Amino acid sequence: MGRYTIRRLLQMIPVVIGTTFIIYAMVWALPGDPFVGKCGDRPCPASYIAEMRAKFNLDDSLPVQYGKYLWNLLQGNFGESFSGRTVWSEIAQAFPVTFRLALIAIIIEIVIGISAGVLAALNRGGFWDNLILVSTLIVISIPVFVIGFLAQFTFGIKLAWFPPTVGPNATIYELILPAFVLASLSLAYVARLMRGNLAENLRADYVRTATSKGLSRRRVIGRHAVRNSLIPVVTFIGADFGALLGGAIVTEGIFNIRGIGGLLYLSIRTREGATVVGVVTVLVLVFLLVNLLVDILYGAIDPRIRYE
Amino acid sequence: MSEHLLDVDDLYVEFRTRDGVAEAINGVSYTLDAGETLAVLGESGSGKSVTAQTIMGILDMPPGFITGGRILYNGKDLLTMPESERQKIRGAEIAMIFQDSLSALNPVFTVGDQIAEMFQVHRGMSKKEGMAKAVDLMEQVRIPGAKERVKDYPHQFSGGMRQRIMIAMAISLDPKVLIADEPTTALDVTVQAQIMDLLQDLQRERNMGMILITHDLGVVAGVADKIAVMYAGRIVESANVWDLYAKPAHPYTQGLLDSMPRVDSKGEELYAIKGLPPSLLALPPGCNFNPRCPHRRDKCVHEVPPTEEVAEDHTAACFFWKEVARG
Repeated sequence: MGRYTIRRLLQMIPVVIGTTFIIYAMVWALPGDPFVGKCGDRPCPASYIAEMRAKFNLDDSLPVQYGKYLWNLLQGNFGESFSGRTVWSEIAQAFPVTFRLALIAIIIEIVIGISAGVLAALNRGGFWDNLILVSTLIVISIPVFVIGFLAQFTFGIKLAWFPPTVGPNATIYELILPAFVLASLSLAYVARLMRGNLAENLRADYVRTATSKGLSRRRVIGRHAVRNSLIPVVTFIGADFGALLGGAIVTEGIFNIRGIGGLLYLSIRTREGATVVGVVTVLVLVFLLVNLLVDILYGAIDPRIRYE
Repeated sequence: MSEHLLDVDDLYVEFRTRDGVAEAINGVSYTLDAGETLAVLGESGSGKSVTAQTIMGILDMPPGFITGGRILYNGKDLLTMPESERQKIRGAEIAMIFQDSLSALNPVFTVGDQIAEMFQVHRGMSKKEGMAKAVDLMEQVRIPGAKERVKDYPHQFSGGMRQRIMIAMAISLDPKVLIADEPTTALDVTVQAQIMDLLQDLQRERNMGMILITHDLGVVAGVADKIAVMYAGRIVESANVWDLYAKPAHPYTQGLLDSMPRVDSKGEELYAIKGLPPSLLALPPGCNFNPRCPHRRDKCVHEVPPTEEVAEDHTAACFFWKEVARG
């Protein structure tokens, strides 16, 4: 297990270098002048441009530029944006918000998604099964911005159960409604995945064995069938958590959340190359770490998978 | 009526499927006493496993429906008993061993955990006490290094060892009736013999009644006291082992015995019962065996043969058993 983890951590090095290089190359290779519009209506003075080009090493060749960037990165220096703020401070401001939002969304996915799946599987062909199948299908087919605006309008404005937008502190209460919107699609997939797995496992031989041991139906399902059905669901939820940590541009936009998705979107639009590369680097790292955690967790719930 | 440990009385089970009604069990009766081994013999689809599942109460319902009969355990009808009461009997007094131990054991729990669960649920023991009992039982079924292996998972055992785990789990609460549903089919021949020896020893030690479901005549001869031969959901012949092997009175039993390879028939072509087992969705009228029977007459196509007494404790469901028995 220890050796497996170390090997996986080492594998991350080429992945991080590869992805950051591609992002770096793409951001700075984009056509257009990063200094257009930076100085109000007038073109920027030559002295400013010269200073900036020197500061961001824009006159070096691409590999040299990237090398210098990477060297700074290794020292924990994510660089500065053109506006003079450090990239790290921008990430440090946005990431906790995104993390909170993702965490609430994942909890909603787990609790509601799995419960709905179990309920549907135990009532196959019945009312709950059909209700869950139809409602998840609707959620899957509606684009997230429609769900977002609908939820904001209904629960935020008309019923006023939740605040319609999120303030600068992004409290947990404010984040519940956006988290529901963010979780809705994956929740539908989790419910369907759980339903399918459990319905299949209820017919498995070991479930029949559990029944023949004289266990109650509750114990047969809760302990023997559900546990096995969770294995693929955990993989899905883990991967989804990694994706949610990458920010959600649409949901963040609708609810005015200052998370990582919004930061990335704004940075791309204003050609803040250093911020884009910095954010993506952090996201790649987070995604890889979450995946490693999921794989380790996978081994813990399915003993047939052992990492040598 | 003398009371038997287990008394299956005129049982009918059908499966209502999309393609129609499959008549899986059509009036099966047999009895079992303590310390006795009953072998239920038959091809796949003959209803031998369905009968066992009905006794255990693990039949998938629906599509399965019990349409008639009684199953008396110590004089009480299992089929009319409330589920809560039946749950106490299931596993603790009537236990079952399944054919494929890899799929019949839960892959995500240790074997010790799965054996201990019996004690936790039925006897209210703690997990720790249950695990100690599990080690005990694993030693009783002769698993080497039981103490170390109790925390292993099913996939870490060989097929024979895994079947021993199944047996340990089934006998854990000293059941009175043990149903073994093709316990050796998935194993290779040398291991088969070891498992049968083990089952026989355990049965004698504990004076259990055992129902051994199999299609293997070789397995039966050594261990069974009596045999019930099933065909298309009916018992076509039942007798004690020696009578059945010496004087089969039903053409199907005779066919089965003739199709066994023998040392003295080396070089000759092996006998096979012609035709295929009938579909349970459309059983042939009259005697179900008539399309494949070498003794068939007109009567067999029109009337269902009653179960007739051939000798003491020997019955056969054939109009012409005298002719068959004479050979």
